[in-house]
Amino acid sequence: MATRHASALARTAIAPSALVLFLWMIVPLGMTIYFSLLHYSLLDPGNESFIGFLNYRYFLTDPAFFTALFNTLKLLGAVLALTVVGGILLALLLDQPFFGRGIVRLMVIAPFFVMPTVSALIWKNLLMHPVSGLFAWLAKSVGLRPIDWFAEAPLAAISLIVAWQWLPFAALILLTALQSLDQEQKEAAEMDGAPPISYFFHIVLPHLGRAITVVILIETIFLLNVFAEIRVTTGGGPGLQTTNIPFLVYAQALLQFDVGGASAGGIVAVILANIVAFFLVRMIGRNLEA
Amino acid sequence: MARALSLRRRSLTAVVGWAVGLLLFFPILWMVITSFKTELEAFSTPPRFLFFDWTVENFGIVQQRSDYLKFAGNSIVLSLGSTLLGLAFAIPTAWAMAFAPARRTKDVLLWMLSTKMMPPVGALIPVYLLFKDSGLLDSRVGLIGVEFLLNLPIIVWMLFTYFKEIPADILEAARMDGATLWREIVYVLTPMAVPGIASTVLLNVILAWNEAFWTLNLTTTDAAPLTVFIASYSSPEGLFWAKLSAASTMAIAPILVLGWFSQRQLVRGLTFGAVK
Repeated sequence: MATRHASALARTAIAPSALVLFLWMIVPLGMTIYFSLLHYSLLDPGNESFIGFLNYRYFLTDPAFFTALFNTLKLLGAVLALTVVGGILLALLLDQPFFGRGIVRLMVIAPFFVMPTVSALIWKNLLMHPVSGLFAWLAKSVGLRPIDWFAEAPLAAISLIVAWQWLPFAALILLTALQSLDQEQKEAAEMDGAPPISYFFHIVLPHLGRAITVVILIETIFLLNVFAEIRVTTGGGPGLQTTNIPFLVYAQALLQFDVGGASAGGIVAVILANIVAFFLVRMIGRNLEA
Repeated sequence: MARALSLRRRSLTAVVGWAVGLLLFFPILWMVITSFKTELEAFSTPPRFLFFDWTVENFGIVQQRSDYLKFAGNSIVLSLGSTLLGLAFAIPTAWAMAFAPARRTKDVLLWMLSTKMMPPVGALIPVYLLFKDSGLLDSRVGLIGVEFLLNLPIIVWMLFTYFKEIPADILEAARMDGATLWREIVYVLTPMAVPGIASTVLLNVILAWNEAFWTLNLTTTDAAPLTVFIASYSSPEGLFWAKLSAASTMAIAPILVLGWFSQRQLVRGLTFGAVK
C-alpha cells in the first residue's frame, strides 16, 4: 500500500521534467522535419508548398554539403587526436608528484572555463594575427616567415583553438581514471623493474581504455556542433574553407532565409549525431548497472 | 643513490610540469596582461611582457562604449535563472529516481540524457521562428527557458548520482515517523544533499554562462549575455587589442574563479558518471 503510494508520488515527481524535455525534443524536431519537406523561404512568404524530399536532394547533392561534411570530420579528427594524445601525456604528468602540482593543475584546466567567443577572438587577434600576433613575432625572431593563420590554414587555426579548449577536459577525465589505477599494481611493476614504456603500454593504456572511449564520445557530441568559434573568427570562410555542417545550416536559414533547405540540413545533422549518441547511451547504460 | 636520482627526477618533473602548465595557461595570461596596456603598446613589436606603463583605462572605456555591466547582468540572470528553474524541476525528479526507482526509471534517465545529444541546429529553425512570432526573441524569459531545457538533463543526472549516495535507511526512518513526502524532501533529504546540489549549481552556472550557440542566435541587445558582448568585438575598428582583452578578461574572470572551485565535480558532471 505504502509502496504504491510512493510510486504514484514518484511518477508525479518525474512527470514535469519528463514532460518539458519531451516537448523540447519533439516539438522542434517535428517542426524541423515538417519544414524540411516544404518549399519555405522567408524571402517568399505565403508560398509554402509541399515538395517531398526535394530539399534533401538539393542539400545532399550541393557541393557545399560535402565540403561542410569533410570540414566537420577534419575538425573532429584533428581535435580528437590532439586532445586524446595531449590529454594522456598531461594526465601522466599531473599524476606525478611535484612541487606546485595543484597550481599547475589549475592552470591546465583554465581554458575549459573560457567562453568560446573569448578564446576564439583572443587566439585570432593576440596570438595568430599575422602582423602583431605573438606567433608572428616568435616566427620572425627565429627567422621564419610568419603564418597568416586565418588566410593560409583557417581550418587548422580553428582546430587548434578548439583543441586548446577541450584539452583540459580530456586531461582531467584521464587523470581521474589514472588515479584509480591500483597503487599496488604500480609498485609491483616498479619492483619488477618493468621499463616505463612497456609499463605504459601493458598496464596504463589498457586501464585508460574506457575513459578514452568516454572522452572520444562526449567530445564528438560537442565537436560536431562547433559554431561560435567559426562565427566570430572566419564566418565560415574564406570561401567555404571553415564551413561545417552547423554553420552551413545556420547560414542557409538565417543568412539566406531558406527555411526548408536549412531544415533538411538540420535533420541530416541530427542523424549524424544520433549515430554517436547511440553508442554513448549504451555505454552509460552499461555503467549504470555495474 | 636512488634517493638522489628520485630527487633529480622530481625536480625535472616539476620543471616540465610548470613549463606545460604555463604554456597552456599562456593565452589567458597574455590576455590579462594585454588588457592593462595602451592600444599602442598592445600592438607594438617586439611585444612587451611586463615592462610597460600599466593602465586600467581600457576597463573604463569598455564599460563606457559597450556597457559591460548590462551584458554581465544578463549573464548572471540567465545562468542563475536557468539553473534555479532547473533545480526546481530536477530535485523532485532525481529524488524519485534515486529513492523510488521503478522498472522504467533507468530508461527514462537515459532518455533524458539523450536529449542533450541532439544537435542544436536540428532545433534552431523552429525555435527561432517560434520565438520571432511570439516576441520572445532577445528576451530574458525566452533565453532562460532555452538554457533551462539545455541543462535540465545534466542537473537531473548529477543530482541523481549524488542522491544515490545518501543511505536510504534514513529516509525509511523518516517515513516510519510519519513524515510526508514534502517534509521528507525539505527536512531530511535536502540538508544531506546540499553539497551535491551546490556542485550541481556551480557546474550548471558555468555551462550556462559559456553557452554560445543559442545566445548568439536568439539575442542581440536586450537579453544578450557576455558571449554576445564579446562577439561584437569580432569586427575590429582601428586598434582594439587592449580593449578586446579588457572586455574578455571581465567576461571570463568570474566564471574562471567559480570553475576552479568546481574542478572536482567537473568530471562527474560532464561524463554523466561514466568515469569516476
